[in-house]
Amino acid sequence: MSADIDIDHVTIRFGDFVAVKDVSLKIAGGEFFSILGPSGCGKTTILRTVSGFLAPTAGTVRIGGKDMAGVGPNKRPTALIFQNLALFPLMSVAENIGYGLRVRGVPGKERRRKADELLSLVALPGSGDKRIGELSGGQKQRVAIARALAVEPQVLLLDEPLSALDLRLRQHMRTELRAIQKRVGVTFIYITHDQGEALTMSDRVAVMNHGVVEQVGDGHAVYDSPATPFVASFVGENNGVSGRISAVADGFAQIDTALGSLKGRAGAGLEPGAAATLFVRPERLRPAAEGIAAMVSATAFEGHLTHVGLSCADGHSLTMSLGRDIGAHALTPGAEVRIGYNPAEAIVLRQEAR
Amino acid sequence: MSSALIGRAMLGFYFLAFFGFLFGPLIVMSVTAFNTPEYPQVWPFEQFTFAWFQKLAQDDNLMQGLQNSFIIGAFVVALAVPMGLAGAIVMTQVYAPARGLYYLVVVSPVLTPGVIIGISTVIFWKDVTGFTGAQSLFTGMFLATLGQSTFIASYCMLIFLSRLQRYDRTQEEAALDLGASRGQVFLHILLPFLRPAVVSAAVIAFLSSFENYNTTTFAILADKTLTTVLAGRVRQGMTPAISAMAVLIIAVTVAGAILYEAAKARERRDAAV
Amino acid sequence: MSNAFTAYLIFLGPLVVVLGFVIASMLQRRGAGVVEPGFFERNGAGLATFLILAVGFWALVMIVLPQLYLIDYSFHPKLPPSQRGGPRDIYTLANYRYFLFGSPNDTSQWNATHLNAFWITILVSMIITIANFAICYPLAYYMAQVARPKIVARLMLLLVVPYFINEILRAFAFLVMFGTGGLINDILVGLGLIHERIDFIGVDVALYAGLTYAYVLIMMFPLYNAIESLDRNQVEAARDLGAPWWHIHWFVVLPHAKPGVASGATLVFMLCAGALAAPLILGGPKTLWFTPIVYDRFFQAFNWPQGAAYALMLLAACMAFVLIVMRLFKVSLSEIAR
Repeated sequence: MSADIDIDHVTIRFGDFVAVKDVSLKIAGGEFFSILGPSGCGKTTILRTVSGFLAPTAGTVRIGGKDMAGVGPNKRPTALIFQNLALFPLMSVAENIGYGLRVRGVPGKERRRKADELLSLVALPGSGDKRIGELSGGQKQRVAIARALAVEPQVLLLDEPLSALDLRLRQHMRTELRAIQKRVGVTFIYITHDQGEALTMSDRVAVMNHGVVEQVGDGHAVYDSPATPFVASFVGENNGVSGRISAVADGFAQIDTALGSLKGRAGAGLEPGAAATLFVRPERLRPAAEGIAAMVSATAFEGHLTHVGLSCADGHSLTMSLGRDIGAHALTPGAEVRIGYNPAEAIVLRQEAR
Repeated sequence: MSSALIGRAMLGFYFLAFFGFLFGPLIVMSVTAFNTPEYPQVWPFEQFTFAWFQKLAQDDNLMQGLQNSFIIGAFVVALAVPMGLAGAIVMTQVYAPARGLYYLVVVSPVLTPGVIIGISTVIFWKDVTGFTGAQSLFTGMFLATLGQSTFIASYCMLIFLSRLQRYDRTQEEAALDLGASRGQVFLHILLPFLRPAVVSAAVIAFLSSFENYNTTTFAILADKTLTTVLAGRVRQGMTPAISAMAVLIIAVTVAGAILYEAAKARERRDAAV
Repeated sequence: MSNAFTAYLIFLGPLVVVLGFVIASMLQRRGAGVVEPGFFERNGAGLATFLILAVGFWALVMIVLPQLYLIDYSFHPKLPPSQRGGPRDIYTLANYRYFLFGSPNDTSQWNATHLNAFWITILVSMIITIANFAICYPLAYYMAQVARPKIVARLMLLLVVPYFINEILRAFAFLVMFGTGGLINDILVGLGLIHERIDFIGVDVALYAGLTYAYVLIMMFPLYNAIESLDRNQVEAARDLGAPWWHIHWFVVLPHAKPGVASGATLVFMLCAGALAAPLILGGPKTLWFTPIVYDRFFQAFNWPQGAAYALMLLAACMAFVLIVMRLFKVSLSEIAR
C-alpha cells in the first residue's frame, strides 16, 4: 500500500536560520520522487519533518490525507533510510530486519520468515545470521532497505543512502532501487545532491536551493527547460552567458552579451532591459560557419565525448562537448573557431533579484 | 660507545628503577608474610610458614570487616552504576549554559578530597536522620555506602560518557522510526551498546569501594570495613599478619584487574565492529 | 537554626530537583535553537522519571546539599544536641579563628602548628606532584610514542595491578621497607655505609616516598593518554627538521600533552593533600600533615564544627589549585576530569 504526501506551505526555522521557506509539494502515491539540491539546501530537513523527527514551524504535513502534527516518528506510516544507514551493529542481519516487527509484538518465528522473504527481495538470500560487521557496503545498503520495508511502510524516505558507495556500486544500486520500488509499489522520497541519481531513478524531481523549491518536474523538464538560473547550472553541465534583454518575441528572446547578440527560448518574466542569462548545454554547441568567435584553449578526450574548452571575447570561457564523428580531432589548442547552436536548444532566464 | 647505546642503557636503567619502585615494596611485603619472625622481616628468611594466614582467619574483627566491605561494595555498585548512567545520559541532553554548571556539580566529587566527602556525608545525614526521626538509618554501613557512592558515581559517569562519545544517535532514530517506543529504544539500543561500560563501571565501583579508606573512615562511624580494621591494626603495631592480608588482597586485585582488562578488551572489540 | 535548615532541605529538596530540571529543559530548548522534543517526550515517561530521580538524588542530595550543609555547619559553635537551634546556636567565625590563632577569641598569636601543617601539606603536595610528573614522563612517552602495541599492552597490565592496591597496604609496605628494623636499614648497615640505623619515619622520608609511590600511576594514565593522541609523524617530522631532543619534547610533545599534564597534576595534588592513610601510618610523632589534624578534630577533640571548618580550608586549597592549573595550562574542567 502506498500513500500520497502533501507538504503544505511548510516553513522550518532553527532559531534565526530559516532552513525551509514556505515549501509546498504534492507527491502522489506510488511515485518515486526525488529532492535534489546542494548540501544545506534544506532537503534533509524536509525529510526529517515528513518522518516526524522535526516539527514544522509553520504549515502542515499530510500523509494519506491525515494531518501528521503531533504524531511521533514511531507512529507514522513512514520508514526512513538514513544516510549512514544506522544499522544496529549488535544485532544480526535478521534481527535488524525483524526489529520493527519485534516492537510490534510479532513472534520470533514470523519475524524470521519475513526477514528471509525480504532478504530474497533485496537479493541477499541466506544472510540472515550474518553480523552487520561482516557485510560489504552494498550489502548493508540492501539490509537497510529490507529493514525499512519490513514494517510495510506506505512511504519510504531515503536520505542520500548511496553516497557512501563507490561509483560502480552506486550506479548498480540505482537500477536496483528503482526495480525494488516498482516491485513493492511504495511511495519513495529520495534525497540526493547527485543529479545523475535523481534523473535516472525518479518519476519527478524537485530542485531545492536555500530552503526554497526552485522547480518541480520530470527529468526532461528539469534538464531541458530549467525554470531558474540555479536549476540550469546545478542540473547537468551548462554554459551561462549574462547580459541584457533587447527583445522578446514568439517565445524567443534576444539578449545582448559580451559575445554579441544571442538568441534563445524565453523563460518566464522577461522584458527588454532586464538582466538575464542565456544557458546552452555543452552538447548543444557545434562548430559553425558563422557564430561566436572563440579560440580552443584545451581539449579533454572522454571516450564517447570530447570536451573542448573555448575562450571567447572579454575573457568568457565556454565548454563544448562533441560526439566522436563530429571531427573534434581538428580542434587543437590554439585553433580559431566559430561556434553556433540552435536557439530552440538554448534558454534565456531572468536573473533573480537576490 | 655510541650515543644510541648509552641512551638504551639509560632507558633500561630507568625502567628497572621505575618498576623496582612500583613492585619492590609489594614484593618485600609479600615475602614477610611467609617468614616466621613476629616483626615483618625479609632477611634473614628464617622459615617458610603459613602461620600468619591462619592467624588472619581467626581474627574476627578482620572477618567482620571483610564481610562489611563486600556488603557495602555490592550496595555501592547497585547505587553508583545507575546514578552514573543517569548522570551520563542527562549530560548528553543538557546544553550550554546549564551544561557547565551541571558538569561542575557531577564531576566535583572526583576533585574533592575523600575526607571531605566523608565528613560532609556524616554531618548532613546526622541531622537529616535526626530531624526526620529516622535515627535507625544513621549507621556506618548506610553512610559509608552513600559517601562512597557520591564520588564512585562520578567515576561511573565518566566511564559511560567516554563510551557515549562513540554512540551513534541515528541508531536511536532508526529504532524510533521503525516504531519502537522510547523505553524500547533505551532497552534495545542504548543499554546493549553501553553493556561493556556497565561491566567496567561495576568492576571499578566495587574495587574503589573495597579499597576506600579516606571517605569510609569518617562515614563508617562505629561499624568497620576491611580497610578501617587494617588501618587500625597497622597503627597499633606491625605484624606479618598484615602482610598476609596484603598477599590475599593482591591476589584478589590481580584477578579483578584481569577481569577489568578483559571487559575493556571486549569493549574495544565491540567498538571495532 | 540547624533544625530549621534541615527541615527546609528535606521538604524543599525535591521541589528544587524538579525546578532544576524544568529550568534545564528550558535552557536546553533555547540553547540549541532547535525544536527539540522536551525532556519527557525525548526519553519517555519511565526513563525520564528514572533520570530525574537518580540524577536529582545524586547531584542534589548527595553532592550539593551535604557540601552546602558542611559550609553552614562550619560557622556554628560546638553545642550539645539539646542546644542545637537554641539561642546559643549563632553564626560565628570561631572555628576559623581557631585555625588561624589557636583560640576561638584570642587573636594575638598565630596557630603555628596548624598553619605550618597546612602550608607544608600544600608545598610538599606540589613537590610530589612535580616529582611524579618527572618520574612518569619518560615511561609515558616511551609507551605512547616508541613502544610497539604488544609491549604497551603488557606494560599497561603491569601498571594496572599496583593501581588497585589498597592505600593502607601500600603504606604498610613502605613501613616494612623504611622502618628502623626494615630492609633499607638492613642493606645500608650490611654494606657498611652507615653504622647507626636511620629513623626514616621520624624525618618523614618514608611519608614523602610513600605518597609519591601512592599516586604515581594517577599521573601516568592521563599523561600516557594525552601523549598517545599525538600523531607519531609529528615527532618524526620535528626530528627530520633537525630539532634537538629537548626541543621536540618542550615544543611538540608537551604542548600537545597539556590537558593530560593538567589532569594528572590536579588529581595527584588533590589526593596527596587529602591523603589520610599514608600520614597516619607513615607519619612520625612530629610529622606535620594537615589531614590527620582534621581527623583529630573529629576523633580526638570531638569538635565537629571545627573539623568542618578545617575540612573546608583543605577543600579551598584544592579548589585554588584546580583553578590555578586551569588558568596556567589554559584547559577546561572537562579536560581535567575524564
